[in-house]
Amino acid sequence: MKFAVIVFPGSNCDVDMYHAVKDELGEQVDLVWHDADNLDQYDGILIPGGFSYGDYLRSGAIAHMSVVMNAIKKAAEAGKPVLGVCNGFQILLESGLLPGAMLRNKNLKFICRTVELTVENNKTMFTSAYEKGDKIRVPIAHGEGNYYCDDETLAKLQENNQIVFTYASDVNGSLSDIAGITNEKGNVLGMMPHPERAVDDLLGSADGLKLFQSIVKHWRDSHVVNA
Amino acid sequence: MYKVKVYVTLRESVLDPQGKAVQQSLSSLGYNGVEDVRIGKYMELQFDDTVTDVEGTVKEVCEKLLSNPVIEDYRYEIEESAKQ
Repeated sequence: MKFAVIVFPGSNCDVDMYHAVKDELGEQVDLVWHDADNLDQYDGILIPGGFSYGDYLRSGAIAHMSVVMNAIKKAAEAGKPVLGVCNGFQILLESGLLPGAMLRNKNLKFICRTVELTVENNKTMFTSAYEKGDKIRVPIAHGEGNYYCDDETLAKLQENNQIVFTYASDVNGSLSDIAGITNEKGNVLGMMPHPERAVDDLLGSADGLKLFQSIVKHWRDSHVVNA
Repeated sequence: MYKVKVYVTLRESVLDPQGKAVQQSLSSLGYNGVEDVRIGKYMELQFDDTVTDVEGTVKEVCEKLLSNPVIEDYRYEIEESAKQ
């Protein structure tokens, strides 16, 4: 399986993401600059964290107008897995690939620590290696991770099981403690916590690795004969 | 030539933790009558004569980029400005 890690000016978790895929997952991966207009050769798209365009205007607002976004939308429409982490999640929200928006953390602080998440839905291509209700430890590092959407959108997210990860306790004020959601089709996941920073016990947690393994398993099941 | 002033604020239904912190700070300074503070963004756009539909363009850029309609409202003022 071949992944693309999209790099914007100001991305800073791109190399972590690259290593997680190459060294811990053992799959192919390229760093792809934001002006790429074609991602057809990739089976999965990873949008890493950071501060694309210095978070000017709003987090992710400038990045979502870049050339590569059209190719990402095309990949999402084709059903390929698209994962946005942290700033990557914010970019997916700005682009409309996922519903809702991010507000400043309730306590106005940049929060950087490992938190406990609950796996709310393990019937997605991103979470099949987990059990429903699993508690996993994954680091967060954000100032604007306070998820917000209107009541109607929240009801839809709940009804379609689009809420994949929640914080085990209130971390940043997010509505319903939402930490990660998918689109309706289930192939676009946005999450504030950083699974790519939790892929080896040496890093303090390896709980994020199963997320990447789930993506690969889903791809193998549908692409490799006799898998 | 037109000068356009754009104001972007969080929607009424959205909590503004920054505004809340400033309100509390004002209150601790003794300004107890300041009931609420909402913080927003102010932008100035200069349009040249090639733009024929200034108002339509302003609305378009506000909705596409300058504000996020999920959490923010915008309003604007258009002023005619003298040629340089």
